Amino acid sequence: MTESAEKLAAADPNAMADVSIETQLAVERFLYRQVEALDEKLWDDWLAMFSEDGFYWMPSEEDQTEGDGLPNVFWEDQYLMRMRIARNTHPRAHSQAPHNRLCHVVSNVIVESEDANGDIVVRSRFHCAEYLRYEIRNFTGKYRHYLKKTGGGYQIALQRVDLVNREGPYDYVIQWWL
Amino acid sequence: MSWTTEQLAGLVEPDRAHRKAYTDPEIFDLEMERIFENTWIYIGHESQVKEPGDYYLAQVGRQPMVMVKDRNSDIQVLYNRCPHRGAQLCTARKGNTGKNFYCSYHAWTFQLDGKLESMPAKQGYDGTNLDFDNPEFHMARPARSDNYRGFWFAKLSEGGPDLRTHLGEAASAFDQLIDRAPGKETEVVGSCFRIVQQSNWKIFLENQLDASHPGVTHESTGKAAQQIQAEMRSNGKEPPLELSFLSDFARIGHDGWTKFGTIGFPNGHSSLEGYMGLRPDDPDTNEYVRRMYDVYGEEKAEEILGINIHHMLIYPCNSVLPPLQQLRTIRPLGPDKTLTEIWHFRLKDAPEEIYRRSLAYYYLVNSPSTLVNADDLFNWWKCQHGLESSAREWVSFHRNAGQDIVDGDKTYSAPDSMSEMPLRHMMHAWKDYMTAGDGAGS
Repeated sequence: MTESAEKLAAADPNAMADVSIETQLAVERFLYRQVEALDEKLWDDWLAMFSEDGFYWMPSEEDQTEGDGLPNVFWEDQYLMRMRIARNTHPRAHSQAPHNRLCHVVSNVIVESEDANGDIVVRSRFHCAEYLRYEIRNFTGKYRHYLKKTGGGYQIALQRVDLVNREGPYDYVIQWWL
Repeated sequence: MSWTTEQLAGLVEPDRAHRKAYTDPEIFDLEMERIFENTWIYIGHESQVKEPGDYYLAQVGRQPMVMVKDRNSDIQVLYNRCPHRGAQLCTARKGNTGKNFYCSYHAWTFQLDGKLESMPAKQGYDGTNLDFDNPEFHMARPARSDNYRGFWFAKLSEGGPDLRTHLGEAASAFDQLIDRAPGKETEVVGSCFRIVQQSNWKIFLENQLDASHPGVTHESTGKAAQQIQAEMRSNGKEPPLELSFLSDFARIGHDGWTKFGTIGFPNGHSSLEGYMGLRPDDPDTNEYVRRMYDVYGEEKAEEILGINIHHMLIYPCNSVLPPLQQLRTIRPLGPDKTLTEIWHFRLKDAPEEIYRRSLAYYYLVNSPSTLVNADDLFNWWKCQHGLESSAREWVSFHRNAGQDIVDGDKTYSAPDSMSEMPLRHMMHAWKDYMTAGDGAGS
């Protein structure tokens, strides 16, 4: 099992840690900035928010506790994320013509735990509207982030994204992370 | 209008098909009746239902079906509706229904083979025409259901060929899904991905064997994969094999796809030769081949591994990629809407890395975040819009038309071509099904 998935699987998903207001604010600011990077297509900023061995994960089943070695909607390391960026921004990526637009709102930010290193497990809820080919699609779900404390703030070791309709069917496909 | 046989036949010519075949709602209804509710349609694999009571839903044409394992551990295929007032009996896509099916409306219960078992205050039916032994009051059964080595199909109309005859040489796709396992068994991995295409079901099938599209449609993916491969190498990392599945699109280019032959089989089935080089000389592949030799002996193992099919299309509902254990089945929802179920299979006793290689393909190509099919679905969507227009009435299948090589009951694409033979072949099968008086198809 990957270490970060193990960490999330072992954590109580309903826990609520009594963290300082500064920590709460720093974590919220990080989550807001992350979705802003997506909405504004700031790809270098997005990649820098993940640790070198960090993963973006969207499981395909509710009871999944591991991404590695199983079918997922997303399971991407830094290389796959860079490939997605390279593909989606290539001039011949015709399904990105016209480009889509994303607009996220993140809320209900509850820190589950903060350990002695300052590493955080936090859950939140999101809504994302996608404008694609002259229509709006809506995605809603839950984030769980395992954040590692770094000198300058945090980096994502694992981001788990559970769409409310994770089992599909998916209308068309999802080209960017949500 | 209602379509006469003559008018339907007129929609398909040797090298072109009429746009109405893709857009007309009445033609769609006729397709459901004469093709999907008439010939053999894929239901699912036996490994989806392991214990008695396990069920899985499927759709055949417009009909809701359920595949269930009964108390004798036999698989039954039934219509998922209560004969009383029509309510769906199973609502979740999959689950275990226990010892019987239970209707949530009036508590009628049915055995797992569909027989009516009981209902509350039974005496209300005394002296009426309701008869517990009359199949009219059981869950309806398709005219026929059968399996080929654990792959289950249903046929909703009487007559026509049996499943084995219908599949013909296309059955080799299923043989490959099983025989490539050193443990001689295959099973589904998890559940399937389901993706809705905003386009006609025939556009999906046509695309699978359309050799002139991959280099064009997937150019951006090919280039991005090459970029990441180079990046990994410069970081001293050997790129995983699955990246070459994608960089091939750029490596082979727009017009390099002439090397891969296609074959048309009876009943509309067709195949595309493999191109992905799935036997690299690496420790995982060598370990896999060693296990195959141990089980089958060298000669038989090489015979199995030597079958080089990239896609096998089983008309009208399956696209199978045997070397990577992927199976897609289509459930048409309307002339411009098609649901795909995308399954991945695991070869019993194959090394873990061989499983992960095909899982990576499942992810990169077939998942809802696909880096490949995103552009395919978009093209088909655009085609569907374009075909609504009357600016031109015909869809062109002229590439290498008139050069197909017919040998017995098989049709081969012209050598060194990116021939549209499979597209012509499928439309001719379509015409046969749509115009057959007895509904038996070709």
